[in-house]
Amino acid sequence: MAFMTGNVLRNLMGKYSTRLYPIEIRPAFEAYRGELYNEIEKCIFCQSCARKCPSQCISIDKEAGLWTCDPFACVYCGICVEACPVNCLHMKSTHRHVATEREMIEQKGTPPKPKKKAADGEAAAPAAEKKAKK
Amino acid sequence: MKTLDTITVTPETVVGEVAKLVTSGWRMITMSCVDLSPEQFEVLYHFDKELAETHLRLTFPKGMAIPSVTPTLFMAVLVENEIKDHFGVCFDGLPLDFDGKLYLEEEVKATPFCKYSTGTKQ
Amino acid sequence: MARTIIPFGPQHPVLPEPIHLKLVVEDEIVKEALPQLGYVHRGLEKLTEIRDFNQMIQIVERVCGICSKIHAMCFCQGVEEMMGIEVPERAKFLRVIWSELHRIHSHLLWLGLYADAFGFESVFMQFWRIREKIMDINEATAGNRVIVSVNVVGGTRADLSPEQCNWILQELDWVEKETKRLQAVMLDDYTVKKRTVGVGVLTREQAYALGAAGPTLRGSGVAQDMRQFKYAAFDKIDFAPVTAPDGDCYSRGKVRFLETLQSVDLVRQAISRMPQGEIATKFKGNPEGELVTRVEQPRGELLYYLKGNGTKFLERVRIRTPTFANIPPLLAMLPGCELADVPVIALSIDPCISCTER
Repeated sequence: MAFMTGNVLRNLMGKYSTRLYPIEIRPAFEAYRGELYNEIEKCIFCQSCARKCPSQCISIDKEAGLWTCDPFACVYCGICVEACPVNCLHMKSTHRHVATEREMIEQKGTPPKPKKKAADGEAAAPAAEKKAKK
Repeated sequence: MKTLDTITVTPETVVGEVAKLVTSGWRMITMSCVDLSPEQFEVLYHFDKELAETHLRLTFPKGMAIPSVTPTLFMAVLVENEIKDHFGVCFDGLPLDFDGKLYLEEEVKATPFCKYSTGTKQ
Repeated sequence: MARTIIPFGPQHPVLPEPIHLKLVVEDEIVKEALPQLGYVHRGLEKLTEIRDFNQMIQIVERVCGICSKIHAMCFCQGVEEMMGIEVPERAKFLRVIWSELHRIHSHLLWLGLYADAFGFESVFMQFWRIREKIMDINEATAGNRVIVSVNVVGGTRADLSPEQCNWILQELDWVEKETKRLQAVMLDDYTVKKRTVGVGVLTREQAYALGAAGPTLRGSGVAQDMRQFKYAAFDKIDFAPVTAPDGDCYSRGKVRFLETLQSVDLVRQAISRMPQGEIATKFKGNPEGELVTRVEQPRGELLYYLKGNGTKFLERVRIRTPTFANIPPLLAMLPGCELADVPVIALSIDPCISCTER
């Protein structure tokens, strides 16, 4: 039995392999793709994200300025974040909070005014607008 | 445009061609079925030998039963049953026939992978 | 000598996924086995009609819950070949790094489940403890534990910084040290050998003729590994397939155990030889033509048949996963074995049923 002594000592003296979860929480990794949110003031409602999304979980109402994401269909791939021409989509490094009811991510902003007044918004991202139209 | 180098076979010669490849040391990887048009199916037989590949291409009209290669090569049994499930292609002389119920439920009568609705199931 | 039919699965303690085997037994000896699939059939190949080829990457990733990265890599390689896109060198190395990390964690997962199947629960926990480090590496570098989503047509989406590379190397040293500590248990232990040596024998000829793939094939002594094909950056990495001669459960376990250690080494090589530069190329147009691409998954060779017609929707995506190829060999292994050995044999092909049924 002598050959087991090393193992026994290591197990007695060593650290735990697990965490006491609610007391000790591992800090989130920086690059983790967590909850999706939209900086709605910056959003130009171009619908790039909705078109690129592999699970088609984003729906946009351009007239009302409504940006809706179904978090139960979202696969957290981050494609929309990369597709956004004005960089208004972001992912937090933590996952969504626990809820007792089905909650959609719904954000309301002001859609860009058509034609002339939208010029300043378009100037900020001319290349991106072109991309969105394609 | 990329195309596969294939050997074209007919329903009459396919079993003989497969047997010839197997005796010369080729190993079957799998078969793929493609819904070509409302009239035609295509079945590709993929073979492998020391990392080289060869493919047999069999085109046949819908509604026709093609000969099964399972008696020659037992590993084709699941593949042929899968194609039968997905596309409704019938194989003549399939020894272990799930009759379209390998993946699907008994009450399902449709062939889910057919693009053209004229695909018939016998 | 009464013949009895015993159902095995779809719910069984050793099976992580649902497959049903109808076992015809005489006394305690299995005479015949018949599979029944279809418990997780999703028809993902069909989705190519309504999702374009860029979105299909995320879909094929979800074919398998363990080796998602390798599915996406295979698909991307096929589309790139069809469209004639040259992938940057650095992206090729990054793909190798993540795919080998996936192989390590898949094999560690399997080794744990396998130990659990013959009743060695503490080893199961030890292997999964080691695996957690790999999951952390994936999460920190690619953004998710399993579905890493790093592939795009033309390269990769994420890059590794030098600090991250150093950190991965440090963590892998620990993984290697801890895995080697378990080598004596998995490969030399008397009890483990009693349960695995000579059980579920698949001869070299049978394995070849029945189209076995991956460790099931290499465990029977056939040195065939798709990484010899030199896809991605494997042309610049030293690699030789691991084989074991006997074709029993012990051989298959040994192949997977040694491959885990080999993959650690492959990641090290890839990190040390990775050049600087771009990680993705831009491209225009849509895929056209047809081709077959093959890569090595943890469970064996993965084949994609892709057919494009010049639109953004591919005409046909056909996925042949290794477990699908390994079921006929499993049916050949089972006759003649004892009923108590069925769980060990069924697990020794590393069944991934979601892969099989897609």
